Amino acid sequence: MTVEHQNISATSREAGTKVDEPVLRVHDLHKLYQMGDNAVHALRGISASVMKGEFVAVMGSSGSGKSTFMNILGCLDKPTSGEYRLEGVDVSRLDKKQLAGIRNRKIGFVFQGFNLLARTTALENTELPTLYSQVSKSDRRERAIAALQMVGLGQRTDHFPSQLSGGQQQRVAIARALVNKPSILLADEPTGNLDSRTSVEVMEIFQNLNEQGLTIILVTHEPDIAQFAKRVLVFRDGKIRRDENVKDRAVAAEVLKTMPVLED
Amino acid sequence: MDFLAILRIAVRALARNKMRSILTMLGIIIGVGAVIAMVGIGQGADQAMQKQIASLGANMLYVTSGSARFGGARLGSGNTKTLVSSDVAAILKECPAVTAAAPGTQTSAQVVFGNDNWGTRVTGTTPEYFRVRAWDFASGTGFTQNDVTTAANVAVIGETVRKNLFPGSQAVGQTIRIGTLPFLVVGVLAAKGQSAGEDQDDTIVAPLTTVQKKITGQPWLRFILVSAPSRSLSYAAREQMESLLRDRHRIREGEADDFTVRNLADIADVASEASKIMTVLLGSIAAISLLVGGVGIMNIMLVSVTERTREIGTRLAIGATESDVQKQFLLEAVLLCLLGGLIGIVVGVSSCFLIATFVGWPIVTSLTAIMLSAAFSICIGVFFGFYPAQKAARLNPIDALRYE
Ligand SMILES: Nc1ncnc2c1ncn2[C@@H]1O[C@H](COP(=O)(O)OP(=O)(O)OP(=O)(O)O)[C@@H](O)[C@H]1O
Ligand SMILES: [Mg+2]
Repeated sequence: MTVEHQNISATSREAGTKVDEPVLRVHDLHKLYQMGDNAVHALRGISASVMKGEFVAVMGSSGSGKSTFMNILGCLDKPTSGEYRLEGVDVSRLDKKQLAGIRNRKIGFVFQGFNLLARTTALENTELPTLYSQVSKSDRRERAIAALQMVGLGQRTDHFPSQLSGGQQQRVAIARALVNKPSILLADEPTGNLDSRTSVEVMEIFQNLNEQGLTIILVTHEPDIAQFAKRVLVFRDGKIRRDENVKDRAVAAEVLKTMPVLED
Repeated sequence: MDFLAILRIAVRALARNKMRSILTMLGIIIGVGAVIAMVGIGQGADQAMQKQIASLGANMLYVTSGSARFGGARLGSGNTKTLVSSDVAAILKECPAVTAAAPGTQTSAQVVFGNDNWGTRVTGTTPEYFRVRAWDFASGTGFTQNDVTTAANVAVIGETVRKNLFPGSQAVGQTIRIGTLPFLVVGVLAAKGQSAGEDQDDTIVAPLTTVQKKITGQPWLRFILVSAPSRSLSYAAREQMESLLRDRHRIREGEADDFTVRNLADIADVASEASKIMTVLLGSIAAISLLVGGVGIMNIMLVSVTERTREIGTRLAIGATESDVQKQFLLEAVLLCLLGGLIGIVVGVSSCFLIATFVGWPIVTSLTAIMLSAAFSICIGVFFGFYPAQKAARLNPIDALRYE
């Protein structure tokens, strides 16, 4: 754990210069779901910022607003009120097309349910984001193969999701999130459906990517998984209850050595 | 996002649901096929009719004695004794739009050759008749003006008569009997076939004077066949003859004609009008089925959008813009219609051929109908694909991803 991996709360960063502008900064974020007569207050004033190169685990009990928060960060959803700045840009000012561009190039999103296209090969699934950006055809292939190799699926490019295990599908989803070289990776319970060894393998991939400078925010219920991050945010009832650095951070590569090898 | 990539996605989506795509296309296939076939049949019928009318003689007018009641309930009977040979001479002299005129009388008679006999129509006329009716000879020749002057016993027989009296033997040069009179067969007319339900080939043509003096014993004409140099002049010829004959027959203002002039161009126009109406009618019914096919496309596209909500959510989440998604679904609909349209064209054209050979009409495949239905099916794709595509594009990514 090095000193650069500081986490700075929004309030203490008010005087920040452009140079160390946080990658993500939210201020007093609220999300209200209106369901007929009763409203669900999913987020009740979230303020936080994440610097480049951070690896943040978001924890909290079910219904505490983690997914809601992630969806807003991923520009998939809009807050009811509050400010969200992405690399200094106020996201609420962007139109739909610009938001699509951000989802396409700046942010990689890994869903809990994988969300791969059925009857579409791993390679084509991985390629998908490049179809929506200015990437040449030959580059697309190359990038998709490279991304699949990065997650250890270089041999399974022609498999359909139905022919892959859950862990492998999740890795295809990660490859897809990485193929456009985003600066931020958002993952909502990426290990929620995986066994413990596969989970650690996914965390190894995340740690490697983080080493290379990728900013990662992941949601997890498992304290073991949060232990691989550098910082933990704990949500409760739509508020951040705790925001702390991870002590005794686990290294996935090391942990893997101590785990029994299971069939992939 | 480039067009080819969207095209590939759309093609893949359609190929994934082959059966459904084919069934959806069926609506368009039937619609386009029906439009082309119906228009083809209508135009084929029109051409067949025009050909039949033309076979009576090009730009021909038909003057008969007796009046035709308005509305054609009773066409000129030809029994009234009003038309005479001097009318023919006057028509040729006074009507500039008339190039040839052939007077004629007609009777039915029993014709005998050897042991065979045959009841047929005997027409007495001048050599002009063959020219006006543009009737060629299968063998031999027509009779001459001299034969008319001398009231010679010569005859030209139609193909049906030849078949019945001379099966397998040479007709020209033989002598037949019409009633009790012997006639030398000088020519056999080329077959013309049916016209208006009448066998044109079941006829014998002999010099006018011969028939008038030796068979009917009447000096009246039953008809005058007239030809005009062109179709447009045939209308003028009709007017000129009508005013001339009214003059000659001393018919006063307000009195009904004692003759009838029928213009084949008029008849052709009426027939053409009728078949045009039929073509439009059939074509519009077919177009309605095309429209129904379009609604089918919309229906399936809506189902497809609902079914693929998660896919749409995923695409939106990884950076597809609204217009990317919209284009994808629109292209799917257009592809369905275009492909259905192309198959429909093949189906329509082949059924045109099939029906045409079956009923013996000329084969007509209207290029305009083909182009129009191809263009129309693309329009249908855009029109009926637009709403579902719009619906897909407007989905909120989060809701779409959550959709079960
Ligand atoms: N689309 C929605 N409409 C209405 N209420 C919603 C909607 N999405 C979430 N909520 C509510 O908002 C609250 C927070 O939901 P959220 O999905 O963010 O929880 P979470 O922390 O991700 O839970 P989990 O750990 O179970 O995934 C919950 O009470 C939920 O019922
Ligand atoms: Mg959640």
